[in-house]
Amino acid sequence: MASLWEYANPVKFMKVSGWLLPVTAVLAAVSIVIGLIWGFFLTPDDFRQGSTIKIIFLHVPSAFLAINAWAMMLVTSLIWLIRRHHVSALAAKAAGPIGATMTLIALMTGAIWGQPMWGTWWVWDPRLTSFLILFLFYIGYIALWSAIEDPDTAADLTSVLCLVGSVFAVLSRYAAIFWNQGLHQGASLSVAPGERMNWAYKGPLYLTMTGFVLLFVALVLAGTRTEIRARRMRALVTRERALG
Amino acid sequence: MMPDLGQYTTEITSAYVAALGLLGALILWIWMRSRRVKRALTILETRLNRKPNG
Repeated sequence: MASLWEYANPVKFMKVSGWLLPVTAVLAAVSIVIGLIWGFFLTPDDFRQGSTIKIIFLHVPSAFLAINAWAMMLVTSLIWLIRRHHVSALAAKAAGPIGATMTLIALMTGAIWGQPMWGTWWVWDPRLTSFLILFLFYIGYIALWSAIEDPDTAADLTSVLCLVGSVFAVLSRYAAIFWNQGLHQGASLSVAPGERMNWAYKGPLYLTMTGFVLLFVALVLAGTRTEIRARRMRALVTRERALG
Repeated sequence: MMPDLGQYTTEITSAYVAALGLLGALILWIWMRSRRVKRALTILETRLNRKPNG
């Protein structure tokens, strides 16, 4: 079996991602379309939340990815800091805008859902606040990449920022448990006995979550391929200038 | 056929429009940037008589 580190080679990565990208993109599209049609058209109203339960099929997958995109960035940033593999730094860079969009979707759908259920669009609840801070970290991360010209220095500094921001990614996930207060509930999907969501909702929710994860993989692959090409272009331009 | 969303039609519809709109914009931005960089690299490599690497 090939070592994982082989994929740190840009040529090898381009070759593998060349066929993996369309496969994940198609599977993502199928899962999301079927999951959302199932969730929107075929699920009954919840006894407490009424038809607003249909927002869960967008809110939970996007919130799940908002946190886990940062986790992926943390792993790839650590790989960059420890082993100096360029592909891992570029994958982290590619994941930034995707994670930021997922966080924004989670915040927006949460606010729209919160208004009829809680009577307010926003409250400085631990979970909501930590999610907002996570979103600001995403913006800062993207801005830092853009602000520094030297790609290796940018990768170093953004990796450090990613390590610091990981505190808020963890807080976003566990804020409702840590502080045990606020309007937001704990985990929507729990493996604890007695906290079972009905399969009428769990089925489409699992499907849309699978679709969102596959979409994230496809978009990170596409973004990383673009960053590898952009890096090669910079190298060629630099060489061309050096040769006169 | 649109399901009956009752009094929450505006909230649910706006949540779906906002989320899918943002996702669509993200996908479009990544796809367009990918095409732009790929084309620029191909032009540069052609100019430098290099073989494109995919």
